[in-house]
Amino acid sequence: MPKIKSLEELMKIKEETLKNVKMRESGKRGKIIVAMGTCGIAAGAKETLNAIVEALNEFSVEDIKVVQSGCMGLCEVEPTIKVEIEGEIPVTYGHVTPENAKRIVKQHIVAGDLVGDLIVKQGEE
Amino acid sequence: MPLTTNTILICAGGACISSGEESVKNALERKIKEYNLQEAIKIVETGCMGACSIGPLMVIYPEGVYYQKLTPKAAEKIVEEHLLKGRIVEEYLYKGDKGKIVPQPQEEIPFFSRQVKIATRNLGIIDPLNIEEYIARDGYFALYKALKEMKPEEVINTIKESGLRGRGGAGFPTGLKWEFARKAPGDEKYMICNADEGDPGAFMDRSILEGDPHTIIEAMTIAGYAIGANKGYVYVRAEYPIAIERLSEALKQAHEYGFLGENILDSGFSFDIEIRIGAGAFVCGEETALINSIEGKRGQPRVKPPYPAQKGLWGKPTNINNVETLACVPPIIKNGPQWFRQWGTEKSPGTKVFALAGKVKNTGLVEVPMGITLRELIYEIGGGSPTGKKIKAVQTGGPSGGVIPEEYFDTPVDFESLTQLGAIIGSGGMIVLDEDDCMVDVAKFFLEFTVDESCGKCTPCREGTKIMYEILNKITNGEGTEDDIETLEKLGNIIKDSSLCGLGQTAPNPVLSTLRYYKDEYIAHVRDKACPAKKCRNLISYVIDTSKCVGCTACARVCPASCIDGEIKKPHEIDQEACIKCGSCIEVCRFGAISKVSPALD
Repeated sequence: MPKIKSLEELMKIKEETLKNVKMRESGKRGKIIVAMGTCGIAAGAKETLNAIVEALNEFSVEDIKVVQSGCMGLCEVEPTIKVEIEGEIPVTYGHVTPENAKRIVKQHIVAGDLVGDLIVKQGEE
Repeated sequence: MPLTTNTILICAGGACISSGEESVKNALERKIKEYNLQEAIKIVETGCMGACSIGPLMVIYPEGVYYQKLTPKAAEKIVEEHLLKGRIVEEYLYKGDKGKIVPQPQEEIPFFSRQVKIATRNLGIIDPLNIEEYIARDGYFALYKALKEMKPEEVINTIKESGLRGRGGAGFPTGLKWEFARKAPGDEKYMICNADEGDPGAFMDRSILEGDPHTIIEAMTIAGYAIGANKGYVYVRAEYPIAIERLSEALKQAHEYGFLGENILDSGFSFDIEIRIGAGAFVCGEETALINSIEGKRGQPRVKPPYPAQKGLWGKPTNINNVETLACVPPIIKNGPQWFRQWGTEKSPGTKVFALAGKVKNTGLVEVPMGITLRELIYEIGGGSPTGKKIKAVQTGGPSGGVIPEEYFDTPVDFESLTQLGAIIGSGGMIVLDEDDCMVDVAKFFLEFTVDESCGKCTPCREGTKIMYEILNKITNGEGTEDDIETLEKLGNIIKDSSLCGLGQTAPNPVLSTLRYYKDEYIAHVRDKACPAKKCRNLISYVIDTSKCVGCTACARVCPASCIDGEIKKPHEIDQEACIKCGSCIEVCRFGAISKVSPALD
């Protein structure tokens, strides 16, 4: 660890760490809920979840939190995730492989367009 | 970048550790590993969260759910239900006073929401062993500002303007203390952090050192710069092993990052800190005794003047500040004196950490703005009496402080108001007393402590406190006279005036303040041989109400002295001669048939 000499270096550590810490505090814009019931995990929800976190980092999305939930009851289309953004109708996506997860983050979270071919349901249960 | 979805903050303060935090953490880790979630879930051990009565406790983020009174079994269930399936485990959920489920108690439960955290700002929030988390919470920015943008005099002026006063007990203005040390002639000076917290029941300093060690390092370095010292010592008692361990680790990290050592932040200023471990003598919290102890001498106070600012450690100008005081320094430097003054009163700005204990629902550490009333502190934050019994008084300031009766509970808590009432803020210990507490007994408890801890250097304290204790002992045994009460008062005032250091000068306070407000209790003890609170063992008897006793034999079976007799289904009787007054019978009686009476039966 090189010794810190400037305010910029100090700021850099602060921002980097805040990114990490932010994960534990709540996001402002919305959240992605990953169904992590036994069926979801068996279908690869853990990989999906990791992919989502990676993608959010890649696109520097900081105002979305990732939450896990129990089984959403859509076992046949697992892994499923639900995207809840404030002011928008919640969207549930199915068959969310790591590749699809990245697509959802890029298209839905960043660009604001729904990913039509993966939508299972729109609106609350 | 860790792929963290959940972060568990588990309180690793002393109280939670004692109630089994480690086994809870181990169970969490085991179960998390079992489900292969170790990459997605991060466990952080934090400093004391303050709510010690519900420990061990933890918070799970991002949801912000608080779980209380954890056991390893609870931890396993929480992993399986909450972390794996996303269902909140209500059994262990912290619900606050009203029994309402509150997912984010920090915002909604008075115990948390009424608090303003400055000195304890990072406790329970950051990982104390992670310097970067400290930096993320603006850590070391004040150091940068002080060293690079301010002259030492400006730093001192900022602290002076903030009105910060010593949190260790005396309430001396911190900025002024720094100025004395700065202006004292000499090119070798020392900066000492007093972490020899000794008041029974007070543990805010330990909690800060355990939960946020970097704030002390940052503050000491700023203070060193302000007074012109290049060397600092943290004097911490050996009874605080976790604090010592975490502070040592934090010192190492601060060196690595260049916040300690030569030419800090390229400012040309060099500073280093060493830890000195004390052997746990109460008197070593007194600054001159502390200095003696660091020098390797017997921990006895020196005559003042000269004050440490003129002639302190190794005879050089020395500045000594308490842990909590120092913890307020970085945010004041960073945000300015007016920011600090938005809380508290004109003469006592800012906040104070109190250790709430005794007969209140929510015991633990709370940081509140000065000027809050005792009533708010005890009833709103403390939650009032846990048993519904009437709260009688509060003891503040530990063995140097006094009692404040309930009728004064609307007094604002600041240095001057409490002193006027014969008590002190002291280091912030607050013990709530109810109608079951005998004031003579309370005074005796604290006197016993000072007798033990008196260093013996000066006669008034060494001999005087002992005689006071013996008189109190006589009174609680029912052998006191009215003359004894007078002697207590007279002797107390003499010890106060003639002792060498703060220990002796304040030692009679618990007696004098109980005499001031509860003289009737003293008189009842000596005149009627009665203890109004029915606490003093020699002045009470246990009796069975024959109209209520159904003869269930529960008391007879539990009595260790076998002094309760009676036939089954017929009223029982206690043999007063043989009774040792242990109170076991009262606890087991389901019919409310046993009670205490005072004076004792013959």
